[in-house]
Amino acid sequence: MIQNKDLIQYILGISDNAMILGQRLGELCGHGPNLETDIALTNISLDLFGQTRSYLQYAAKLKDDGSTEDDMAYLRKEHEYKNVLLVEQPNTDFAYVIVRQFLFDVYHLLFLEQLSESKDQQLSAIATKSIKEVKYHVRFSGDWVKRLGDGTKESHNRIQAAIDILYPYTNEFFEASEVEKLAMSSEIGVNVQDLKTEYLKLVTQLLTEATLTFPEQVYFLSGGKQGKHTEYMGFILADFQYMQRTYPNMSW
Amino acid sequence: MSEAEIKSLEAIFEQRIAQDQKIEPKDWMPEKYRKTHIRQMSQHAHSEIIGMLPEGNWITRAPSLRRKVALLAKVQDEAGHGLYLYSACETLGISRNELYDQLHSGKAKYSSIFNYPTITWADIGAIGWLVDGAAIINQVPLCNTSYGPYARAMVRVCKEESFHQRQGYEIMLTLCRGTEEQKAMAQDALNRWWWPSLMMLGPTDDESVHTEQSMKWKLKRKTNDELRQQFIDQTVPQADILGITVPDKELKFNEERGSYDFGPIDWEEFWQVVKGNGPCNKQRINARVSAWDNGEWVRDAAVAYAQKQEDKKMATAS
Amino acid sequence: MAKNWPLWEVFVRSKNGLEHRHFGSLHAADATMALENARDVYTRRNEGVSIWVVESKNITASNPENNGELFEPAQDKVYRHPTFYDLPDEVKHM
Repeated sequence: MIQNKDLIQYILGISDNAMILGQRLGELCGHGPNLETDIALTNISLDLFGQTRSYLQYAAKLKDDGSTEDDMAYLRKEHEYKNVLLVEQPNTDFAYVIVRQFLFDVYHLLFLEQLSESKDQQLSAIATKSIKEVKYHVRFSGDWVKRLGDGTKESHNRIQAAIDILYPYTNEFFEASEVEKLAMSSEIGVNVQDLKTEYLKLVTQLLTEATLTFPEQVYFLSGGKQGKHTEYMGFILADFQYMQRTYPNMSW
Repeated sequence: MSEAEIKSLEAIFEQRIAQDQKIEPKDWMPEKYRKTHIRQMSQHAHSEIIGMLPEGNWITRAPSLRRKVALLAKVQDEAGHGLYLYSACETLGISRNELYDQLHSGKAKYSSIFNYPTITWADIGAIGWLVDGAAIINQVPLCNTSYGPYARAMVRVCKEESFHQRQGYEIMLTLCRGTEEQKAMAQDALNRWWWPSLMMLGPTDDESVHTEQSMKWKLKRKTNDELRQQFIDQTVPQADILGITVPDKELKFNEERGSYDFGPIDWEEFWQVVKGNGPCNKQRINARVSAWDNGEWVRDAAVAYAQKQEDKKMATAS
Repeated sequence: MAKNWPLWEVFVRSKNGLEHRHFGSLHAADATMALENARDVYTRRNEGVSIWVVESKNITASNPENNGELFEPAQDKVYRHPTFYDLPDEVKHM
């Protein structure tokens, strides 16, 4: 049986992915290519924060020391955030936003489909609810990958450049951390290694349709699951934690 | 059409409006009616999307997850409202791109309150409470305005906006019930947003150029000064509940009028901000222009892709 | 290039049993995007169970200048309404 403190760590890993990606999308609100895309990306951000809150409320309950979702979300050191490196990558341009989203969404859906069968009923319930949202995310980002890939020469070049930069972060999804192994062996967590074949198949299919390719000879990057982040993470947290750090112990 | 014919059409038109009939996009309308509506609706739409910026500024820094999702949803609503209003405007034969050009070139105006900075979290509360409060006073009567598409857009806007002011007031309430530091933050925000909120209801009646015509077309139901008085009368008691002080030494309840008397408004500041000299005018327009310019290749790509798909369909059909 | 996304009209069925109603319009490059945008813009508050989108240019509308000949002739055809027919009060259920 997995211990509570490990289960909490496992949940934080899942919710940090949603939270940091939601935060990145939140930066864009009001700055998208037009109103319609602004509204769509904000919807995705809201879905991700909704999921984050469900996970963190559950984690806070497990912690059982009066912690709230916000204590769990805001008051950790950088190395205590366990999101994968992909989701913290910046909004360099719309192509990066779409590629980051797409590469994550496809994994996210496969992951949730497995998590919905978890022996942990709470996690299974959260996953089941989230699947519906994430199916739409996959559709949205996938459609945009096709539009940019098979749109103009400029859009094709831009999105191919984004894929070349972001693809090396995807293998981290499938490298099980210690806590993921623990959760898996107690039939609570997802066997992430198993998702890889299906992931590559789905992503390759769509990229081909979009006239895009994976970079050759990739050196994969990882570390987020162990709390070793890219330089971007500190700045994300500087914004994210600003109020909680500047005015500690207050309610808002 | 002869001048006499136009005159008689105009007479019929004015009569229809007087009888509370709605005007729809394809109906005959005087050119001035069309122009005035394009001007007002687009100003309104521009205000919504420029208004996303000062609040959007705090999305990444919202102090709790609950506040963050509420703020995201609110700023998103403003994008939606901008969209409804641009669409209503487009029924008068002008494209959204043309309207954007007017905004980006500085030809079109927007509510000048959004040219003030949001420098603390309390500003998000104050905007919801005061700015949305003033906006609601302006907007509710527009649900019944004479131009059908505008009235319908406003019904939707008002329905959705009902949570915005409550969201802001709740932020203020939490601050005022919090620590001394939080309460001071709330007071400081009220100090900075109070006067711009009063200005937001427009120049005084003797300075307002469009009032008479707008009243006739039901673009306005009350004069600016009446709206301002209504805003003050409903807001001061709300400040009392919060336990913070409206920054006006001359503010006093007048038993005889049943309304608050208030001090002079600095109209020089108002006109300077309208002219583009406010603290954030350039920043706001630059943000919009760069979002639009940086998005051009994206919009083009989508059109090119749609065209290719269409061509493929044609090729397989033939 | 700077080509504009065309305008689409959005119709939403708010629940089964009701008709699709015109909700408003939006811009989209193609029909798929129009549906997605309509979902994101017009059903954020659980307003719908089904969406139609039609590119605005494909709608043929009557011209209000012809309203006289189109619609006024129907005004005096009172015999199309049940109240036109006089029946004694004793006749029930009709």
